[in-house]
Amino acid sequence: MVTELAATEQLTRAWEIAAAVPDPELPALTVADLGILREITVEEDRLIVYLTPTYSGCPALHDMRREVAARLAAAGFAGAEVRAMLSPPWSTDLITADGRRKLAEAGIAPPRSVRRTEGPVPLTLFAAGPPVTCPRCGSADTERTAAFGSTACKDLRRCRACGEPFEHIKEI
Amino acid sequence: MGFDTAYEAITEENDSERWAFGTGFTDPLAGVDTSIPAGVDGADLAAYCLMLGDDALVMSHRLQQWLARAPELEEETALANIALDLLGQARLLLTRAGAADGTGRSEDDYAYLRGEREFRNVRLAEVDDADFAGLIARLLVFSTWRLALLARLVRSADPVLAAVAAQGVKEVTYHRDYAAQWLIMLGDGTDYSRDRAVAALADVAPLVPELFEPTAIESRLAAAGVAVDPARLRDEFSGVIAHVLDEATLDWPTAPGLAGVSGHTGRDGIHTEAMGYLLAELQSVARATPGATW
Repeated sequence: MVTELAATEQLTRAWEIAAAVPDPELPALTVADLGILREITVEEDRLIVYLTPTYSGCPALHDMRREVAARLAAAGFAGAEVRAMLSPPWSTDLITADGRRKLAEAGIAPPRSVRRTEGPVPLTLFAAGPPVTCPRCGSADTERTAAFGSTACKDLRRCRACGEPFEHIKEI
Repeated sequence: MGFDTAYEAITEENDSERWAFGTGFTDPLAGVDTSIPAGVDGADLAAYCLMLGDDALVMSHRLQQWLARAPELEEETALANIALDLLGQARLLLTRAGAADGTGRSEDDYAYLRGEREFRNVRLAEVDDADFAGLIARLLVFSTWRLALLARLVRSADPVLAAVAAQGVKEVTYHRDYAAQWLIMLGDGTDYSRDRAVAALADVAPLVPELFEPTAIESRLAAAGVAVDPARLRDEFSGVIAHVLDEATLDWPTAPGLAGVSGHTGRDGIHTEAMGYLLAELQSVARATPGATW
């Protein structure tokens, strides 16, 4: 009983350490804010941490994996291993409420909710869905200026009300 | 090892790996169960992963060649992002191949150390683009076909392929929308842009029939619930392309398929002349300096 309690406490502590690792491409957000920290388990006295890639080619994942392992090792969790969890895939719906608030504070419009069903994917030729609000002035009168941005997860927008350009996390 | 700015990150002492994100790659399937599902032939599965992985790798390389050539900065960013998504899919699929065929070959072994005849991509992925319209027409065809394929592959009996497909569907949806919107802009734009779009469709049309011809490996794996029979993608493909062409006020040209060699095409390792030049560029550094990392 005592051991089980201690193990639970250790897992909670490990989760807090891993959860605090920032995304190098979105430094305002942690892996927990992004929803890519999926699970921590124990196998034969070693911690196993599961991270999910945001995009197939996301170059920041390698850095985050290494940082999670390094911080856990520094906290005394010897031999902690970080594994990829590919399924279910990441979705911007997994970004937490805290993460969305931090994005907006950093001037990046958070993603809208994703509704996707299985089967053939419908073609989107013209803007669809609710408007993206400007993270600076709050206006809903915004337009997309480029479908792809500085990282895989963002596109570029402009606010017609305040005239400022801003980034937006693409819904996936 | 935390940092606040990108500059601090690249100047951090005694940490040569941190000069840029994306260096010092590790196995993209690290920790993923790569055992082969019961009743599935490992060699067939590996060959299929190479087909889909080579499509993505070679198309990604062609997209990368547009960097510093694109008409506007925003388009360059878009093409780089699409290339990165496809490169990520290629890494997962080539790594899956190495786990499935029992050789344990890495993604780099497959990408850099195979000869032209060992590449299994469709010829559509490898041809050079005459101009931006040529790239857009090719990207529209490629992403429409690949999206239809991946949307079905999410139900693959191989859980790794299913997971790679589920992620890929989200990415390729953006690629297809991008290419479709550009083709409409070109087709329904000026006389000049329209002429370019018409010529681009004429160039890409002969490469399309090959996309729907299953190899024996694909047929076997489709019967086992692992692969998607490409012949079943034709209807969705035609419907999407017709919709885009309608908006673009363009017509699909009637053109015979590009002949193979004794019936052999890209999936059999028989490629066009462009492939040798592409591989020379892709592989020369890795072959000249084996084991180099940066």
